[in-house]
Amino acid sequence: MADVAFRGATKRFDRRPAVEHLDLEVADGELLVLLGPSGCGKTTALRMVAGLEEPDEGEIVIGGRVVNDVEPKDRDVAMVFQSYALYPHLNVERNIEFPLRRRGVDAQRRRQTVHEVAASLGLQELLARKPRELSGGQRQRVALARAIVRQPRAFLMDEPLSNLDAALRLQTRADIVALQARLGTTTLYVTHDQVEAMTMGHRIAVLDHGVLQQVGPPHALYDRPANLFVAKFLGSPGMNVLPATLEGTAAHVARVDGGHVPLGDDGVAASGQVASLAVGVRPEHLALSPSGTLEAKVLLVELLGADVHVLCQLGHQTKLVVRQDASAPRPAIGDGVRIAVARGSVHVFTGESGGRLGGPG
Amino acid sequence: MSRGRESPPARTRRSRAVREAALGYLLVLPALAVFGVFVFYPFAENFRLALYQTPPYPGLPSRYVGLHQVGQVLASSGFLQSLGSTLLFVVMVVPAGLLIGLLLAVAAHRRLRAMAVYRVIFSSTVVTSVAVSALVFGTLMDPVVGLLPWLGLNPSPPILQNTTWALPAIAVMSVWQFLGLSFVVMSAGLSAVPEEVLEAARVDGASERTVFWRVTVPLLSPTIFFGLVVATIYAFQTFGQVDILIGYSSAAFEHVNLLVYDILNTIEVAKTSGQAAVLSLALFLLTLGVTLLQLRLVERRVHYAA
Amino acid sequence: MRPDSRNGSGERGSRCRRGRASRRRRRLAARYTLLTIGALVVLAPLYLTFVSSLLPPSALAERPPPLFPLDPQWHDYVIAWTQGDLGVYLRNSAIQTGIIVCGQLVTSVLAGYAFAFLRFPFKRALFVVFLATLMIPFEVTLVTNTQTISELGWYNTFAGLTVPFLATGVGTFLLRQAFLQIPRDLREAATLDGYGRLRFLLRIALPLARPALAALGVFSFLAAWNQYLWPLVVTGSGNGVRTVQIGLKLLQGTEVSRTDVALAGTVIAVLPLLVLLVVFQKQLVRSLTAGAVK
Ligand SMILES: Nc1ncnc2c1ncn2[C@@H]1O[C@H](COP(=O)(O)OP(=O)(O)OP(=O)(O)O)[C@@H](O)[C@H]1O
Ligand SMILES: [Mg+2]
Repeated sequence: MADVAFRGATKRFDRRPAVEHLDLEVADGELLVLLGPSGCGKTTALRMVAGLEEPDEGEIVIGGRVVNDVEPKDRDVAMVFQSYALYPHLNVERNIEFPLRRRGVDAQRRRQTVHEVAASLGLQELLARKPRELSGGQRQRVALARAIVRQPRAFLMDEPLSNLDAALRLQTRADIVALQARLGTTTLYVTHDQVEAMTMGHRIAVLDHGVLQQVGPPHALYDRPANLFVAKFLGSPGMNVLPATLEGTAAHVARVDGGHVPLGDDGVAASGQVASLAVGVRPEHLALSPSGTLEAKVLLVELLGADVHVLCQLGHQTKLVVRQDASAPRPAIGDGVRIAVARGSVHVFTGESGGRLGGPG
Repeated sequence: MSRGRESPPARTRRSRAVREAALGYLLVLPALAVFGVFVFYPFAENFRLALYQTPPYPGLPSRYVGLHQVGQVLASSGFLQSLGSTLLFVVMVVPAGLLIGLLLAVAAHRRLRAMAVYRVIFSSTVVTSVAVSALVFGTLMDPVVGLLPWLGLNPSPPILQNTTWALPAIAVMSVWQFLGLSFVVMSAGLSAVPEEVLEAARVDGASERTVFWRVTVPLLSPTIFFGLVVATIYAFQTFGQVDILIGYSSAAFEHVNLLVYDILNTIEVAKTSGQAAVLSLALFLLTLGVTLLQLRLVERRVHYAA
Repeated sequence: MRPDSRNGSGERGSRCRRGRASRRRRRLAARYTLLTIGALVVLAPLYLTFVSSLLPPSALAERPPPLFPLDPQWHDYVIAWTQGDLGVYLRNSAIQTGIIVCGQLVTSVLAGYAFAFLRFPFKRALFVVFLATLMIPFEVTLVTNTQTISELGWYNTFAGLTVPFLATGVGTFLLRQAFLQIPRDLREAATLDGYGRLRFLLRIALPLARPALAALGVFSFLAAWNQYLWPLVVTGSGNGVRTVQIGLKLLQGTEVSRTDVALAGTVIAVLPLLVLLVVFQKQLVRSLTAGAVK
């Protein structure tokens, strides 16, 4: 087991950077989630650690050693591919055993290890099957088993759940977390699914266009997003973002379409310096209330079971989502409503770069 | 930047690339060596040899005569006759071989009982060699033990010595031998025709005949072109039949002196490598022409489709 | 089926159905007739050969030709085998074919692997060179190749018989395509699992390319076994390396020359391939049509 680090790692394809000057440390035993939209460079970053892609600049460090010149096979990391990359001509047992054969493990020991790992993932019954005779979830577990069996210094997982159906994804998510906790192996986990990231990661690193946006524990990213991108990407639905202007120079409120929102003290202080402003409020910090400061019209009411999402129109341009308890009285589409903003819940960002100026936390 | 000042990663990256390239060349090398020695070198040698006249007696140096020899050979009555027989042979073998193959392929295309057996039978001549075919047909056409006299066909002189009938006889044998390949190719083409298209045509009220000529055959045309080239090249390269059934000593020899047989004769008997080289190049150009023609036709068809 | 006389439209429908069924039956009969005639024409030459090879010499000229060997005579096969040296020729053919098939598989695998997986300068150009060999018929290279063989002292040797055929453009192309089908993830997974280039080839690429290997193997077997022109040229004298195809020609043209013996030899020579055809029909068809349907 070992820590893994990117030090100024850059990878370009045809001059276009896929990952740009990435500085990121994964502590020994940590499960770090690389999160970002499609094409943001997550896979590329992962492949640099595996040695399948060579950085154009910067260093990759595993276990305190720069590994840029180390062949992939000598880096002692295991990768779980999105496609699982199971060897189609080998049965499950052979697939799991495959990495051990190159490691001078004797046959007796190999067999035993394979069976242990298979048992821990509930694959004992399937050992004789070929990959094409397995379900998606079973294939996924075989791919995991093949990574685990090597006892590598680090796991690299590239969207390992994206080919599974929703229920299975939920289950497997928990399994992987438990497994990682048990083995304590450093894990770099790639996903574009923010729920996965929030629930699994010890820490999350958010990438956009190859550039690292923010790293930190899930709650930190959720509560104190460093910029608009992170704010919108995390949470489901994401943060409501409203263009705003300050009312006077020292006002504690910002004017938005359809009303105004209260600002925290630091937000006000910082916002004095910029021309354009955006404020962000998470749906759960909004409530329909006759005493609300925002005036809106209901566009859509979605019941999700325990929650209700109310999509509202503010003024002409702006839309926002209010999250309600299902037990609360539900408005009808077309109703005029007032929305109250919880005190101290408003994030302030600059309008141009989207950088954070202030807010709760 | 000098090499010495490059960063270590850049250097190892380069040496890794060099190693990969070296391995690449190493793996390609065996095949390339064979091709170099036995395909490209002898092919190119034809162009040189064609310019030199081989002396009538071995041991004397050959003489540079330039294009003179090329003209001489190409205008010689021997070459023209050989070329004529070869083209005639192509005309006799290619359409018949392809048509019968197509017919059998269409007949055997449906999923019906016992079709697997018919398919094996129809493709069986794919595995019969020239020598086997020649012996089989040599016996069938034998004036004594053969079947021809009994069938009332008994030309005199015997068919394989007969200046009129020897070439058609060889052609019949060749059609039979080519039938297997023709069938296999046409069947593969047929099974690549999407069934939905045919069904759509049937639903639109087309009769089976219309479907065949208006839908199947046009969709099959790339296969037919391909078969045309394969068949023509097969016919151009015919040698064994002539060597076994006709031979040098047959009275009909001059009428069945197909191009490859002529080349070999020129090498082995006349021992004039310059002339053989000219003949070889002629054969090459014929083959090339057919292949290019096919490419043109297929391209044009694609243009229509677009 | 009796039509319901009270219901006019039902009657019409039923009659129509019956007409269609009978038309279909007629068409089916026509199809089988055509198929059977075709099969008889295709099979007749080989079948008659087989029957004749079992007839006593006296029965050869019987008309109409006997369709069943009522009293099969196997001694022609013995004569062909011993006096006709067919045993020796078969052995030679087996060696020659074995060398060519193995050689083509090996060179095609190596070159196909390089073209599919490795990066090196002029790769595309070299691949075009490989494909260019398809444009040059072997007959065109005969003049110089015979000289090369004699300069190398390879007349009447297996080297002379086989070396010119140890590489193939089609085979290389076939295997390159098969290798390119292997997903990149699979190759990278193997790399991370510690499998270098050679081990990846042996443990992953070759097993996955088995269909292409089989097709190439069957195809080169067929082509090599049935070669006529080149073995004729390089096995000038003596039985040393003479192949069965050339042996057949000699069976017909020497003192042992008796039609029945020659026919027995023919049957012996073609039998292995008929077995090949029945067993490997799928592979054979695939290899023969590699270029036909894209
Ligand atoms: N081999 C390559 N050649 C050229 N461009 C590439 C290559 N691999 C990736 N890219 C580009 O680099 C960028 C990052 O790709 P990457 O695969 O890392 O994205 P990703 O974050 O994993 O996306 P996804 O969630 O869709 O898998 C993309 O714009 C992609 O088009
Ligand atoms: Mg990806």
